[in-house]
Amino acid sequence: MRNLFLFLSRNYFFILFLLTEAVCFYLIAQNNTYHNAGMLNSANQVVASIYDGVSKVTDYLNLAENNRRLAEENAQLRAMIPASQFDTTVVKSTVSDTLHNQQYSYIEARVINNSTNRRNNYLTLNRGADAGIAPEMGVITGHGIIGIVKEVSAHYSTVISFLNTQSKVSVRFKKNNYNGSMIWDSDNGPTEATVIDIPRHVPFKKGDTLVTTAYSAYYPEGIMVGTVKEFYLDPGSNSYQIILNLSVGFNDVSYVYVVNNLLKAERKKLEDNLKDVSRNN
Amino acid sequence: MLAEIIKIIFRFILLVLVQVLLFNKIRFAGFINPFVYPLFILLLPVRIPKTLLLLLSFITGLTIDIFSDTMGMHAAATVFLGFLRPAILKLLAPRDGYEAEASPRLHQMGFLWFLYYLLISIFAHHLFLFYTEVFRFSEFWYTLLRVVLSTLTSVLLIIVILYLFDRQKEKH
Repeated sequence: MRNLFLFLSRNYFFILFLLTEAVCFYLIAQNNTYHNAGMLNSANQVVASIYDGVSKVTDYLNLAENNRRLAEENAQLRAMIPASQFDTTVVKSTVSDTLHNQQYSYIEARVINNSTNRRNNYLTLNRGADAGIAPEMGVITGHGIIGIVKEVSAHYSTVISFLNTQSKVSVRFKKNNYNGSMIWDSDNGPTEATVIDIPRHVPFKKGDTLVTTAYSAYYPEGIMVGTVKEFYLDPGSNSYQIILNLSVGFNDVSYVYVVNNLLKAERKKLEDNLKDVSRNN
Repeated sequence: MLAEIIKIIFRFILLVLVQVLLFNKIRFAGFINPFVYPLFILLLPVRIPKTLLLLLSFITGLTIDIFSDTMGMHAAATVFLGFLRPAILKLLAPRDGYEAEASPRLHQMGFLWFLYYLLISIFAHHLFLFYTEVFRFSEFWYTLLRVVLSTLTSVLLIIVILYLFDRQKEKH
């Protein structure tokens, strides 16, 4: 017993060091799961309000560019409304709108913190649970996908950026329905991504557009993600690897839409039933 | 003594803000991230109790973690640096030891001494940080390259910061 105390007192600094490191690695392991105690992150009120204050100032630097982008998007939307289209059909009966239920609603938010230079990047938004944001909602802009909401506090939320080594998004070519998986690694840099699992018989060329598929529970179908920059056949397999130019500029994203899929719970329940059935068999 | 403590707290706030609001956004040549906040640990008094040193390292790292959503990573690396600091100071000790109340300062210890001190400490910190972040050895050489280049960038930036903000004592 005396020897033990002697050992402890001689090596207390080293032991204290090991204990502190143990705490650190416990925190690292904790952070890799969803829904942890949501205090120690940038959705925390103190931290988020600092970022909020700073971004209020720095946003002025990008004001012209943001205005241009919003105007561009407005123009696109304006082109889509029936009033700006010439009607070539003769309407014989009115279509009852009970056929169309709203599936997605959108919540506007401003990015107050953003990283693109790490392996696992995050964003902080200035909207939280009070605005109706919940974990696992998708985040998009008029130009493409941004990521998935990780945690929310009352007024802020953190988002796992698509620029994350664990990201995987199902995408397809806009012109045909062949699909693959879009992934990201830090070698890609903030402007590019990689698409894998496109079979070798699929016809496509440089500049072709890729969009999201309906497989994802986070993003609506048909949102542009990027264009083909270059591609090559994976040696030893039968599929292409495609390097993609992302359509979103992650470095200067400032206004985003959080996607609320109103039918997600229903779909998830149905798909979970499937898992139960296959497990029972 | 009280003045020294206030100075240390002020330095802590300043370095954390500079790190999270400026240097966290920077990525030179695509993959070099500079981290200047370990300077806070390096400038603490030489005779600071070791337990307090570890505690301050943990708090510093954790603060950076909270701001950058990297829970635990910076804390682990900074605690590692705090653990090594007494050994590094011993290794670099001048022939007649350190003055009782001294902190390691650029203008007192000389440029070359401080450069060695920075290079060894920042390299240890970045080595621990980048390998914790990657958490596998498959990209061993690429990560090592990032560690070396980021260390050189951080050291350069720290020296610039010191010349800009820590010069008033050069007069005497």
